[in-house]
Amino acid sequence: MSTELFFVQLINGIQYGLLLFLIASGLTLVFGVMGILNLAHGSMYMVGAYLVWYFVAVTGSFTASALLSAAIALGLGILIERVLIQRLYNRNHLDQVLLTIGMIFVFNSLQSILWGNDPYGVAVPETLSGSVPFTDNSSYPVYRIFAALVCIGIAAALYFVVSKTRLGMLIRAGESNREMVEALGVNIKSLYTIVFAIGVMLAAVSGIIAAPMRSIVPGMGESVLITCFVVVVIGGMGSIKGAFVGALMVGIISTFAAVLMPTLSNMIIYIFMILVLLVKPQGLFAK
Amino acid sequence: MNPIKTLASTALATTLAAGLSTSAPAAAGDPVKIGVMLPFSGIYAQLGEAGRDGLRLALKQRVDQLHGAEIEFVELDTEAKPSRAPELASSLLNQHKADFVIGPVHSGVAMGMIKMLRGKDTIMIIPNAGSAAATGPLCSPNVFRTSFSSWQPSYPMGKVALDKGYKKVYAISWNYGMGRESLDAFAESFEAGGGEIVEKVLLPFPSTNFQSHVSDIADEQPDAVFTFFAGGGAIKFAKDYDAMGLRGKIPLLGSGFLTEGTLEAQGPAAEGIMTGLHYAEQLDIPENHEFREAFNTEYGHYPDIYAVQGYDAGQAIADTIDQLGGDISDKQAVISTMEKLTINSPRGAFTFSKAHNPIQNIYLREVKDGVNVVQTVAAQALEDPARGCRI
Repeated sequence: MSTELFFVQLINGIQYGLLLFLIASGLTLVFGVMGILNLAHGSMYMVGAYLVWYFVAVTGSFTASALLSAAIALGLGILIERVLIQRLYNRNHLDQVLLTIGMIFVFNSLQSILWGNDPYGVAVPETLSGSVPFTDNSSYPVYRIFAALVCIGIAAALYFVVSKTRLGMLIRAGESNREMVEALGVNIKSLYTIVFAIGVMLAAVSGIIAAPMRSIVPGMGESVLITCFVVVVIGGMGSIKGAFVGALMVGIISTFAAVLMPTLSNMIIYIFMILVLLVKPQGLFAK
Repeated sequence: MNPIKTLASTALATTLAAGLSTSAPAAAGDPVKIGVMLPFSGIYAQLGEAGRDGLRLALKQRVDQLHGAEIEFVELDTEAKPSRAPELASSLLNQHKADFVIGPVHSGVAMGMIKMLRGKDTIMIIPNAGSAAATGPLCSPNVFRTSFSSWQPSYPMGKVALDKGYKKVYAISWNYGMGRESLDAFAESFEAGGGEIVEKVLLPFPSTNFQSHVSDIADEQPDAVFTFFAGGGAIKFAKDYDAMGLRGKIPLLGSGFLTEGTLEAQGPAAEGIMTGLHYAEQLDIPENHEFREAFNTEYGHYPDIYAVQGYDAGQAIADTIDQLGGDISDKQAVISTMEKLTINSPRGAFTFSKAHNPIQNIYLREVKDGVNVVQTVAAQALEDPARGCRI
């Protein structure tokens, strides 16, 4: 592999990793703060992609559609938390898994009923189309650079909110001792609603950003969910920092594996996960 | 099997049967039972519905040729799950005693069905699955195909590439039957003519992480790229290829499924892609125009390749019943009648090969302004070599 190609692939890997982080961050946030294992997280990614496709088809504007879809996802997150998730806080993980698996089926059926089973695509917005020359022979798509920057922006915002704001302080406190936070007069119920809704919105935003790069097809949520779990398990369940490092590792490894040993590329991330777990059974940044 | 779906399809079947029988004199014997095994849910649902709609349209249009035979449909949802195929096929065979079984879409399901139906009296008509084995090593007198073999759309593309002066080709697909068979078929004619496959990449199915491969292609600079991808993967590949700045620089060739049902989602990224297929929506022959209008009148949208293949399965049944004067009790007679048919398909007339695969034209199409425009006939009346078939 030439040095040029190596760098192109490295950038591919980082860009993919950043997107993985964005998807996985919501999953790990919800688990870390609320102890809820949301298997329907991938469905929220699918919802984001389908919503943005639908609104772009209706309005023609990507920006407006993206904002609208994110807002709907936030509302959906609040609704799901209030109606369903709230009943599960004092139950075990098995109940949560059953409920959220059920949600996967519901969302898949809704997708099929509302939008059918055709594969769809979203055009890259005009201002972000085209590519910048990269090497003599290839150029890098502007949209992918933009997507990477958005992911970095959201990662930074997430870091800022969790470590520097009052909301973040409450989130961190709630993580370690829920009863104490409640005793101090904080409304932990609404705090949880907010956190869950943000988790849902992060998944949907990932779907929105990915929509112009990927094809929008039935079942797109499940495949992403599995990769997401690999990321979160490598990083340590519940750790945002772990999700960030894990996502970059998975992104880079799977990109290079795809070129160097294509037949094994799907397996390689699981092998990597096993190796990490052998050394650190709780994941790299587990608390 | 989804119980609601069974109920709904039984209801539909009954309605249709009633509709057919009112316009035809009372049947002499038992109704003709057509078992339909297509995916009506899951990732291939759209393909299954199209095939079913085509099939029904053909039988509805040709009700006069059925000599009063009533048609009864039994529809089962395969969900494109190979594991359930033998069980469903067995129920159509033993419980429903179907005369014809139409299905499936997915090659894995086809293998499971063939296992059950090979050598039986029930006639199986495959309206999509292109697996080479179905009309190759596993061929059987009672198994017909109205679609294609994986070899057919790709083999002529090797010659197309040579004619255009491409000497070094990068080949990429998924590592599954259809993908491997398509790349091999392309290589067969391409390498025989002196072309060289500089790189052959087989990705795990259904991985769509193509970004690293299009970077690799940009680095390698072949004369052209040949590929088999379908559905969501086809959309993603065309988009990644375009975004990398390769479109217009390195020609992209493929089996026709790269641009079937995916053009709208691919948008401008598909412009210029050249593919081989046994059909094109724009095919300028009367059969195609009539079929497209009739389908649109019936269902409110225009048909695709999957609808054509289902339609031809229906035509094959109607023609056979017609030629036998409505009596299909002698299965040997049914098979030998079917073998001699010339089907007036919207893709152009075709006949069945000895292995029961269509002998058909393969068209070279190029995407222009979001349409697969027919450039030329890449191969006239192409017959699958049917390797391993002994009928």
